[in-house]
Amino acid sequence: MMEIWNRAQPLQGFTGGMMIGAACALMLVLLGRIAGVSGLLARALKLTYPPALDLLALVFILGLPLGGLFINQIIGSVEVIYPNEDLILISAGLLVGFGARLGSGCTSGHGVCGLSRLSLRSIFATGIFMLSGFATVALMRSLGLSS
Amino acid sequence: MKLNYVASFISGLLFGAGLVVSGMANPQRVRGFLDIGGAFDPTLAFVMMGALLIMALAWRTQKKLSHPLFSTSFEIPKTMPVDWRLISGAILFGVGWGLAGLCPGPALVGLVLAPKKAILFVGAMILGMGLYRWVEQRLFSKSLNQN
Repeated sequence: MMEIWNRAQPLQGFTGGMMIGAACALMLVLLGRIAGVSGLLARALKLTYPPALDLLALVFILGLPLGGLFINQIIGSVEVIYPNEDLILISAGLLVGFGARLGSGCTSGHGVCGLSRLSLRSIFATGIFMLSGFATVALMRSLGLSS
Repeated sequence: MKLNYVASFISGLLFGAGLVVSGMANPQRVRGFLDIGGAFDPTLAFVMMGALLIMALAWRTQKKLSHPLFSTSFEIPKTMPVDWRLISGAILFGVGWGLAGLCPGPALVGLVLAPKKAILFVGAMILGMGLYRWVEQRLFSKSLNQN
């Protein structure tokens, strides 16, 4: 039990979470839009049907990695450990991209913006992708696959 | 420069910074949250608490506004029933999320923190989004034409 709390970073998590919440709040109150990253990325790249140019979405998508880079310089390089297997990264990417569009949202759109509004669809989506994520990791563990 | 683009850019910056501060830019930490039977890491739960707290306040503010401060109308998803697309999309998304510990926001931040690995995931994710649009076009173009 103790080792869990040695790993966890509750204060950093909560602080960063409030920053993410504030970013979504700005989009909602100033621009009237939902800060769902998968939806904004698809709109920024005109990967919607019917296709339409969405410059606001593009500007958000450009800001996102720059904000990450900027804070990483300030607080010192954070630990980032990616899966070793390229095949895992590629198949996961395909599933995340296709699934987020089919399910109308991802962790930010459903998990943050939708849940906080108590949207039934978002409550279902978040519950289901969390269960699906738990099951995937458990299955990989039982098959002896590490990522 | 129009104020709404500045707001969207700042929101993107803040979102990306929040992902790094919270530790969610590290796929290993996200996977740790999904690994309840193994090296469980509860940090993501604190991130969600912080983000939901701010966004719950933002929705309360939104209800009092007749329009967003920098825009003419709110673009908020209409209330729709939970359908098979939402459910199957969330399942696929969860499998990808569990496989790599990555969802769209952290993956985009990864382009600057761990570019060689993140580009594989992001490339595949965009491909998955494009694939969905292709399917969507074939499935729904008929019904759109009839309208």
